[in-house]
Amino acid sequence: MERIPILRMGDFLLVTIQVDMHDELAMTLQDDLSERISKTSARGVLIDISALDMVDSFIGRMIGTISGLSKIMDADTVLVGMQPAVAITLVELGLTLPGVLTALDVERGMKLLRARVQSE
Amino acid sequence: MSVLKSGSQAVRIEQDVVLARQTARKLAVEAGLRLVDQTKLVTAASELARNTVVYGRGGDMDWEIVEEERGKGLRLTFRDQGPGITDMKLAMTDGWTSGSGLGLGLTGAKRLVDDFSVESVPGEGTRVMICKWT
Repeated sequence: MERIPILRMGDFLLVTIQVDMHDELAMTLQDDLSERISKTSARGVLIDISALDMVDSFIGRMIGTISGLSKIMDADTVLVGMQPAVAITLVELGLTLPGVLTALDVERGMKLLRARVQSE
Repeated sequence: MSVLKSGSQAVRIEQDVVLARQTARKLAVEAGLRLVDQTKLVTAASELARNTVVYGRGGDMDWEIVEEERGKGLRLTFRDQGPGITDMKLAMTDGWTSGSGLGLGLTGAKRLVDDFSVESVPGEGTRVMICKWT
């Protein structure tokens, strides 16, 4: 079965979404991530969507759910690399991703995660 | 208004939603839509294609590259022979869903395009048309 790879970088997990995600793949990622957070005691999850040329309400909801469930498991989620056209579309669609941390790129996202872990 | 090119493809299973998105993107580029408008149309297509699969029990997407004085446009029509929408006013309310979604599909899609129309006959099916102009 097709899967989106989850890489471990120290205390954090890095997910780079590079394929046009169908709904089942999104659900699988959600399950895989929660399992990996629990197994690795990760403190943060970085989701890089710079390769996605579209985020619809289904993918948006998946991102929100991942953020919510990682929060419960004591990990922060940062969404990075959203293309400007995708951001404009998401707002117009009515999806504001409440509670999801965002950063412009992976580097800034990492910085944000480190700062949050250190301040705790 | 003249139709420059047209076609149709099946939207039956979940994977067809991805294919519908890809077709919409390709045609939006061909019609000359700018990037933001391409993205809006593709996102609207994704929402409506999912509705067709989930609520309409599968159907088809018809596409047309159209042209009139103001420019070119891409028109997509999603049609199914599903149960139809019994309360259109409710279906066009933000945040309302009969399923497990966010309730942004129909209303969100409408906000993302220039032309939008929906017709539905309970027990016979639903047809949603969207168009985005250059």
